[in-house]
Amino acid sequence: MNAEAYPTAGLASSSVSALAAMKGVFARDMKVAFRQKQDLLNPLLFFIMVVTLFPLGVSPEVSFLSEAGAGILWVAALLSVLLSLDHLFRHDFDDGTLEQLVLQPQPLFLLILAKTLAHWMLTGLPLVLLTPILGVMVHLDGNSIAVLCLTLLIGTPILSLIGAIGAALTLGLRSAGVLLSLLIIPLYIPVLIFGTGTVAAATEGAPVGAYLALMGAFLMLALTLAPFAAAAALRISLSNG
Amino acid sequence: MWQIFHKLGSPKWFFGISTRFMPWLLVGGVLLLLAGAIWGLAFAPKDYLQGNSYRIIFIHVPAAFLAQSIYIMMASAAIVTLVWRMKLADMFVKAVAPVGLVLTFLALFTGAVWGKPTWGTWWIWDARLTSMLILLFLYGGVIALDRAITDDKSAARAVAVLVLVGVVNIPIIKYSVEWWNTLHQPATFKLTEKPSMPAEMWVPLLLSVLGLYLVFGWLACIRMQTEILSREQRTRWVKELVMKGKS
Amino acid sequence: MSEPLPLTPEPLLQAVNLQCERDKRILFRELSFSILPGTVTRVEGPNGSGKTTLLRMLAGLNDAWTGELKWCGSPVASQREAFARNMLYIGHRPGIKPLLTPVENLRALMAGRRPVPDSIFRQALQGTGLAGFEDVPCRNLSAGQQRRVALSRLLIADEPLWLLDEVFTAIDADGVQALETLLQQRAAEGGAVLITTHHDLALPGMQRLTLGAKGLSDER
Repeated sequence: MNAEAYPTAGLASSSVSALAAMKGVFARDMKVAFRQKQDLLNPLLFFIMVVTLFPLGVSPEVSFLSEAGAGILWVAALLSVLLSLDHLFRHDFDDGTLEQLVLQPQPLFLLILAKTLAHWMLTGLPLVLLTPILGVMVHLDGNSIAVLCLTLLIGTPILSLIGAIGAALTLGLRSAGVLLSLLIIPLYIPVLIFGTGTVAAATEGAPVGAYLALMGAFLMLALTLAPFAAAAALRISLSNG
Repeated sequence: MWQIFHKLGSPKWFFGISTRFMPWLLVGGVLLLLAGAIWGLAFAPKDYLQGNSYRIIFIHVPAAFLAQSIYIMMASAAIVTLVWRMKLADMFVKAVAPVGLVLTFLALFTGAVWGKPTWGTWWIWDARLTSMLILLFLYGGVIALDRAITDDKSAARAVAVLVLVGVVNIPIIKYSVEWWNTLHQPATFKLTEKPSMPAEMWVPLLLSVLGLYLVFGWLACIRMQTEILSREQRTRWVKELVMKGKS
Repeated sequence: MSEPLPLTPEPLLQAVNLQCERDKRILFRELSFSILPGTVTRVEGPNGSGKTTLLRMLAGLNDAWTGELKWCGSPVASQREAFARNMLYIGHRPGIKPLLTPVENLRALMAGRRPVPDSIFRQALQGTGLAGFEDVPCRNLSAGQQRRVALSRLLIADEPLWLLDEVFTAIDADGVQALETLLQQRAAEGGAVLITTHHDLALPGMQRLTLGAKGLSDER
């Protein structure tokens, strides 16, 4: 090891903006994900399979499916986001990159926001894109499918944001996956209720603008509060490790 | 001022002071509960619609009331844990979470029992019952997380974060569950919203609520004392206390 | 490149009365020390004496401790980001993503710190003997090579304080020697290094910070 081009020791101050740091985190997570493509597919396959269970397990009747379809898709999407959350910090924790993330001279909640955004792009967004196909398979009408996609588009980022808190809290614990579900599912209930309720209202022909706006308000609330909670939780979990 | 605050946070000081007022909490609580129960069960008038079955409210309402306020108390303690790192606040959350869980369960159970004669079924997806069920989940999560983390301090702080996230969610959950309920079933069952309750009914109810609060205070103290002894077992004062107890 | 040391150097890092308790056991207490610029300090002690915990505490990864920690004279807690900017920590876990190449890893590690062109990364990787491996995914590298990727950061570091936890693990004899030289050079330039190692490290002028053999008993 030689020490050419070696900068002198000095009291440096940060020379990278928080936005650039967030971009760095986001770009890295995307790159890692696309090098391990199977991990990207798993939640999607899970989503499809869970939806398939309902016609098989309950009833393939058109009347049942078209009524319950939105709920089935929402529950399946919720579960597959839940399934993918365990990976959000775990690999980074195991290989030590999470420590380095926390030690960056940047506000941690913004870095977590970037990570959560990457997580949503890799799990939530593909689920939304898959929804029209599955919506047709459970006999939803066009209007319902459109509203369902909209609710999932607003709802799945909330799931990722709240989920980040749970993933941070259970980091490094034994049987973290099950524990994570126990902590997070109660917090997911309002999102599920409004997601499915909005589609139900749309099916009955009621205007849904107000409900979508309300979900948007939830999203804003989650965007502003969840990264702080996740950052605090992450520091606690790392402190323990 | 700071010294008083510091003293309030000292487990040793709490142990001493709580030992002194705990008997009063217990005696007062039991007396009030007994008074409330006897008055409510034997002397309060029958309900003109439900007959005698309504009398379960003398257990149901205090349990439900306390179950919710314990979570709020835990959230206040969680803030103290995160901001001032006061040991007593940690211990309070840890000590009362199972109490909250049990009371939530009791509220759900009595609700179900009450539902049988009134609605003709043990369980109904009514907004209140569903909210209580979610509250039960929240308590379960708090306890599970606390058990899963071995280090006391980390556990306390992680639990504090979870409790605060939960308390932000509680109004949202309540609101969404109520909305969901109106969406799925017309509001035909409105039991507890009767216009006015005669004094013969609400006075014993109030007594039971107060009594349960006092008993809860006693329970919180004794559970915190146990926790203090376990955490501070290597300190001199605990050793001396144990020696004194033995001789 | 080396700068003359100031005659009365201000301590970079000052610890006053540190106490750390873990799982109901006190690892250390009343631990006070100052780290001056231009020094290499080896943290010593048997297994379980809290060496790693101390380094993680200093880095700001572990906050279950009491006492005072000052950076350039003022509390670290009040200038978290400035401190993080001036401190480089390499831990047990090297902080390398197996799926990314060495260059991509360094890029990700430096993204939040300062802009560094890829050519500098390549130069640093060559400096740690990884020439030809710059664009190979790290999972195809050996454990020693992966650690060398992490250590390449030392060659591009401008942080004055280094906290290095067991960095010699899986490094061969040549690498160890090069690293020792690097640490000395760093100190000569006015930096400060805290290091834990099971390796037999004896640099001229090296300070020692010795932690207790067992957890002290608690007599409050």
